[in-house]
Amino acid sequence: MAMTAVWQTIDDERVVLDLQTAEEKLDGAEGEVVLDFSSVHRVDPSAIRALEKLVNTADKNAVKVALRNVNVDVYKVLKLVKLASRFSFVA
Amino acid sequence: MIASEVVEERVQIPLAAEVLSEERVAYLEGLINQARTAAAVFSQFSQEDVDRIVKPMVLAGLQQAQHLARLAVEETGIGIMEDKFLKNMVATEFVYNYIKNNRTVGIIREFPESNLVEMAEPIGVIFSLTPITNPTSTVLFKCIMAVKTRNAVIFSPHPKAWRCCAEAVRIMYEAALKHGAPEGVFTCLESHTLQDNAYLMQHKHVGLIDATGGPGAVKAAYSSGKPALGVGPGNTPVYLEKTANVNPAVVDIIISKTFDNGTICASEQTLVIDHEIYDSVLKKFADLGAHICNEKETRLLERTVIDPETGFMQPVAVGQKATDIARFVGLSVKPDTKLLIAQIKGVGREHPLSVEKLFPLLAVYRAKSTEEALKVCIDVNHAGGLGHTAVIFSRNDQIIRKFGEVINAGRIIVNSPGSVGALGGVYNDLVPTFSFGCGTGGGNSTTDNVNIYHYLNIKRVARRTQAHMWFRVPNQIYFNMNAVENLRNFPSRSTIIVTNPALEHMGHVDIVRRYIPEQTHVHVSVIPDAEPEVKVVMQGVEALNFYEADQIIALGGGSVIDAAKIMKLKYESPDADLEELAAPFLDLRKRVVRYPTEKVHRARLIAIPTTSGTGSEVTPFAVLTDKEHGRKVTLADYSLSPDVAIVDPQFVMSMPKGLTADTGIDCLTHALEAGVSSYASPYTDSNAMQAIRMVFKYLPVAYEHPDDAEARCMMHNAACIAAMAFSNASVGVNHALAHAFGARFGIAHGRANALMLPHVIAYNASVPSKFMPSPYTQGYVAHKKYATVADLLGLGGHTTDEKVKNLVTAIEQLLDRLGFPRSIADLGISREEFERAMPELTKLAFDDPSWRSNPRMPLMSELADLFWKAYQGRGPAKVDSMPQQQTA
Ligand SMILES: NC(=O)c1ccc[n+]([C@@H]2O[C@H](COP(=O)([O-])OP(=O)(O)OC[C@H]3O[C@@H](n4cnc5c(N)ncnc54)[C@H](O)[C@@H]3O)[C@@H](O)[C@H]2O)c1
Ligand SMILES: [Fe+2]
Repeated sequence: MAMTAVWQTIDDERVVLDLQTAEEKLDGAEGEVVLDFSSVHRVDPSAIRALEKLVNTADKNAVKVALRNVNVDVYKVLKLVKLASRFSFVA
Repeated sequence: MIASEVVEERVQIPLAAEVLSEERVAYLEGLINQARTAAAVFSQFSQEDVDRIVKPMVLAGLQQAQHLARLAVEETGIGIMEDKFLKNMVATEFVYNYIKNNRTVGIIREFPESNLVEMAEPIGVIFSLTPITNPTSTVLFKCIMAVKTRNAVIFSPHPKAWRCCAEAVRIMYEAALKHGAPEGVFTCLESHTLQDNAYLMQHKHVGLIDATGGPGAVKAAYSSGKPALGVGPGNTPVYLEKTANVNPAVVDIIISKTFDNGTICASEQTLVIDHEIYDSVLKKFADLGAHICNEKETRLLERTVIDPETGFMQPVAVGQKATDIARFVGLSVKPDTKLLIAQIKGVGREHPLSVEKLFPLLAVYRAKSTEEALKVCIDVNHAGGLGHTAVIFSRNDQIIRKFGEVINAGRIIVNSPGSVGALGGVYNDLVPTFSFGCGTGGGNSTTDNVNIYHYLNIKRVARRTQAHMWFRVPNQIYFNMNAVENLRNFPSRSTIIVTNPALEHMGHVDIVRRYIPEQTHVHVSVIPDAEPEVKVVMQGVEALNFYEADQIIALGGGSVIDAAKIMKLKYESPDADLEELAAPFLDLRKRVVRYPTEKVHRARLIAIPTTSGTGSEVTPFAVLTDKEHGRKVTLADYSLSPDVAIVDPQFVMSMPKGLTADTGIDCLTHALEAGVSSYASPYTDSNAMQAIRMVFKYLPVAYEHPDDAEARCMMHNAACIAAMAFSNASVGVNHALAHAFGARFGIAHGRANALMLPHVIAYNASVPSKFMPSPYTQGYVAHKKYATVADLLGLGGHTTDEKVKNLVTAIEQLLDRLGFPRSIADLGISREEFERAMPELTKLAFDDPSWRSNPRMPLMSELADLFWKAYQGRGPAKVDSMPQQQTA
């Protein structure tokens, strides 16, 4: 079973900052990162960029990223920018 | 579509991104990535979010309209600043006026009466080419449309209009961003190379190419393999017809042709004038500032403003003033000349000025007749303007309509200026646009004024519609012993009784005659004792005509009543084509043929059945036998239903045992098939179930004790009640098999039904290998309905499976009691003969409309299988693969 290396709650008001914080924790981490999107209603282009950057770093560190409670609209955005396949999704 | 492009972009845009440097590719990928992210993020926006952004964009465009117009004229050297200012206003204010209340997010339109809802799905990234002639207005227009529809746009402006377009994009982008649009929603290529365009056109993340440009660009867009909106070249013919109001027409044409120095591709190119008004029209033009060229001047223009090699206009002339053109070619005109007018004698390469001229030079043609005028307009239309725009000035509606019919143009502008008229929203209610779709004539996919709906994928959510159903039977049914007395209530001048010889001999006709009002002239038409054929029917029609009948009494079994129904049809509507009316159909309400409603005569049809089976006295069906082709043809329409049914058991007391059994089983088959039909409703179920109960109780009694008046009466009523069910729920595969078999081997209808019945119930009660697609079907319930029948008959059983088996057994016992043969083989038909007939039998059965309402859609192989089962005969019923969850 994958070890949860990082658990980060993403705040709707500061999505980019929280993602950056999570990314910083990835260096040297192992196992799985869980980003809790429960409170995120929408994402904007900067959030998409931050997510892409984070998942690139995670790949380099062989860390898996799981997004928790992503709403349907945000999920669709991730599909449209072809990022969805790079994450796993948990409820 | 834009003139200068017509000339300049004749070079094909390379389709593959051939020679792009790595940096250039990275730059283009960056643009795509940015736009794609913006479009994705945009998908989360609500209608309110979008509308909140659109309005300030429109206001920003309005505020900068003059600034952008000036920039456009300065940079392109084309057109008139004041007119470009107006175009920018139309592109913002008029477009906004059209879109402001239109929904473009979520549900955009609802059609409650058809249970349909349209929903919007954005396109994503749009790659957009914009022209040199309407540079800033096109950008404003497209930005507003894109935000309204939640799309991102990458602009590639015409290279000679790049700066003004980039500025328009900047103004729109800043306004959009400020009010919440996603970052990167608009970008503009920094410079324009054909390779850049090719790369972006073929990019997998571009959803749509919107090419407002010359033929080269449009062709490249359409060849890219991407969905594309393109525009076509124009060559607008104008017909100034003699009934037109000339003064306003001339002003309108001057307004239009000089608007932005003629750069709008919808502007007038060749004016065809009826000769009656020709001279006065030209004088009017001259009075209002046009220079009418003489022959020599016309020749000069032909040589100078048209490229002699290509036959197209010279790009340098595009969007220039009339006086500048005159000066340039060496023509002397008054300084306030607005328009040059050159008279031409025809259209085509020999008449150089008959092509598109996007500058204030108008060709005029004198037409000797409307006919000639229309033909010249067609010629102009076909000389490079197919699908684009045409104009007519006339007060003759017929000529306007004819013009509309013969001219192929997406916009046919009536009594108003072509160019501004085509833009929409100003002179008419066309949708405001800066992209004119030119249909297939112009190499485009639409003739529409391109608008927000072309920037959306429209999704249709189709909810299941509740199928309308009905219960239709004759409104007068008299039943029980001596019901025939009711004939007294039907006055008639001339009545024809249609019957069989046997029935006449039995005295039935005399009984009937007794109750026909005295003053009625009665004629008896005796038809042969057989299932009806066309020849027999037509003889009956002759009698009806001869006696000018106003009433038909059909006294007999199904054969007689069916014959009378068709006689009435042919008598009332002699042109009815029986062959055509019998054409196959899937759904009664959607079928191709229509039964005649126009009637030459009218005759009341009173049906008095003398058998207790077909129920033809209340049904909308009539079965004809086609001996020549060995088949039965079923006619079905409620107009065939008798007007009155008299179900009087005194006429069935004489039925021999065999006929009692045959017709009784026909009645049972009707009720069972209607019961499990996909058209069954609570209305038909109640009749079907009641009829089944009556048959099981009274048929054996009527068979064994033919004089039992109660049993006869109940069976007579049962037949009519079952018929009410199947008149509305139809029958099923049993009848399809019986019709085919009966016709091929000359077996009575009821008997043929009986041979199939147990096998068909077992078949219908098994899980279908193919369900019948039907809007009426609510799940698969046939087996449960059979189980309900078993319960109703008190046959016992715990599971659905057991109950169905018990029903089949009960039917087999009934058939045995009625002395039916157990198999087709028992009829003396050899296996070899049956095998030989099989291909034809299955074909006939499959063609028969009866099974269309069967709960199980029969495959040809299954029809053959059922025939073979009937051939081999029944034994203990075998029900294969019953559904699992059966506890009824
Ligand atoms: N229109 C419909 O709704 C409908 C429905 C089912 C079947 N049909 C058609 O009806 C025809 C079968 O009708 P049918 O079963 O009533 O048989 P039928 O009308 O063909 O009559 C069969 C024979 O019985 C004789 N007969 C009729 N009444 C008699 C009586 N009271 N006493 C003695 N003999 C009598 C007839 O003269 C005839 O010789 C077929 O063509 C069948 O396809 C029509
Ligand atoms: Fe029948």
